[in-house]
Amino acid sequence: MQALALGAGAAVLWWLARNTQANLEQHGLSLGFGFLRQPANFELADSSGIPFSPADSFGRAILIGLANTARVSVIGWVLSILIGFVLGILRLSNNPAWRGMVRAGVELMRNTPLLLLLLLLAATLHSMPGPRNAFEPLPGVFLSDRGLVLPLFERPRLVGFNFVGGVSLSPELAALVGALVLHHAAQVSEIVRGAILGVPRGQADAAMALGLSRGQALRFVIVPQALRAMMPLLATMCVSLTKNSSLAIAIGFPDVVSILNTTANQTGHGVETMLIMIAVYLTLSLVTAAMINRYNTRLLATGG
Amino acid sequence: MSTALIESPPGSVRANLRAAFASAPNIVLTLAALLGAGAVLIPVARWSLIDARWSGTAADCRARGVGACWAFIGHKLPFILFGLYPAAERWRPALATTLLLAVVLASLVPFCWRRSLILAWIVGLVGFLWLMGGGLWLSPVPTQDWGGFPVTAMLTVIGLALGFPLGVLLALGRRSHYAVPRLTASAIVEVVRGVPLVAVLYLAVLVVPLALSTGVDVDKLVLAQGGIAVFAGAYLAEAVRAGLQMVPAARADAARALGLTWWQATRLVVLPEALRIVVPSFVSIAVGFFQDTSLIVIIGLFDLLNTARLAAQDPDWLGFHTEAYVFVGLLYFVISALVSRYGLWVERRLGASTRRA
Repeated sequence: MQALALGAGAAVLWWLARNTQANLEQHGLSLGFGFLRQPANFELADSSGIPFSPADSFGRAILIGLANTARVSVIGWVLSILIGFVLGILRLSNNPAWRGMVRAGVELMRNTPLLLLLLLLAATLHSMPGPRNAFEPLPGVFLSDRGLVLPLFERPRLVGFNFVGGVSLSPELAALVGALVLHHAAQVSEIVRGAILGVPRGQADAAMALGLSRGQALRFVIVPQALRAMMPLLATMCVSLTKNSSLAIAIGFPDVVSILNTTANQTGHGVETMLIMIAVYLTLSLVTAAMINRYNTRLLATGG
Repeated sequence: MSTALIESPPGSVRANLRAAFASAPNIVLTLAALLGAGAVLIPVARWSLIDARWSGTAADCRARGVGACWAFIGHKLPFILFGLYPAAERWRPALATTLLLAVVLASLVPFCWRRSLILAWIVGLVGFLWLMGGGLWLSPVPTQDWGGFPVTAMLTVIGLALGFPLGVLLALGRRSHYAVPRLTASAIVEVVRGVPLVAVLYLAVLVVPLALSTGVDVDKLVLAQGGIAVFAGAYLAEAVRAGLQMVPAARADAARALGLTWWQATRLVVLPEALRIVVPSFVSIAVGFFQDTSLIVIIGLFDLLNTARLAAQDPDWLGFHTEAYVFVGLLYFVISALVSRYGLWVERRLGASTRRA
């Protein structure tokens, strides 16, 4: 019975592979990764500071796409965990005004598509005034049609038509990071809230019976225990943030999916680029899953 | 200051007010929160209501300058809701979507969870496709002209309707004692869940046509629908698997001892119980999928979000993208929030019925 199913599965796969081969031959193409060495002939709007010219290869472009995805992911992870943590604690505050505000924000994020937020932020940044009339929401932070400029080490100054100094993010990068952080910080706040509520109530009572203040109890007793419940969920959130960073393609930020898609369109090697895409994301998910498993085993071994 | 680290139960307005002004630090915090909320809400209210323009042309809106231009939504509403669908035939997508939503609504009521529901689904889906696509007394409308809310509704509902049986099969496969179904199902679920939906959509649109035999030209919307269904199937499979794990093994053993075959025991005893357990997680997956169908913008199909985006690119109405996104955002929000509420309700109800049992 199983052998039969296996045989049928193999037959279907063989038929699909043969069709692919035939279809590719019709277009004068053959399977193989040789195309990665051909010149890409396209420009990249953002290359994570790595030099790139259209004469460079597709392979190099894809590596830069990986670097861009990694950059967005790391900034996104750090910011959404930091912001989400604060929001999660605020949702447990005994002040109903703060609780209500955070809850409203979280509900807004949960019930609207991430892509909508991303398109809205990108369109808004693009319709901002130029650097000369830049909008300054906080001292040293400038929003203009050139993107977002943040003060880091030095305050950005307007020289000629653009800002000098500080860290500047292109409108696409700023919109992508902004949308991902808002969306995932809301998720993190739910994770943090759930984990803290999961710590037995007796722990808080005992800590305060020992004379710890509410803040101390939270810091030294509750959060360390809640962290253990949070870790696997936060890791899953990080993977999902990286997967969501592939929405970059909708606003023209060259992440790895976007560059692989351009490569597929230019060379016709759709099958190979898809394999690369699947390999990239599967590696990430499987490595994370393995890390979570190791963490859980260690936790069990040390007795939690 | 209260010492509860545990969230207080959703108290009365009076209890909340008392908590908000319970102590000096709390009063300061409350005032700071109200100031912050005001700083956001007052400009939003001014923009969206007080300074807004509800009728007129783009020139009128630009003359006014500051507020929202809801006149733009008024002009573009048919396009945002129905895309490029022929204007004279717009009653068809409207009726089709109503039919589809009626079937969905019926499925939400536990009273209707019976065999005839499957028949209702078949009628609903066939009716939807007939009204949208035409044929048999109706003029045919190619899928390139489908757009707006019906496409979003279709991708979500048909995606979940096809993904559900697929998910059940994958979940049963993953728990099988035989290696072939277990490994196949695990591989499919892990790969699909491991990659972004964007990748699945590209795979469906770029690679699947290559793998089918030459000369077969499959519609892009069908391919995207297939990709979304497989994606939904993989996520639903994990939910069903969790439900199956919660059904005590003794149930299946007892059913087998009564002389039922494995398939009968699964179909009549184990699955009904497992599926009941996972209804709440189905609902949250469904809400996620409703929002995720918007990703088909990327492969150039016209769902609700994409028609809004295109409406904002109309040269006559440039600069009103915020209105377009806020309007569809509101639609997404209301539908998602209602469905989430339903999820909470059904969770309580099912919890109550299992406690009674």
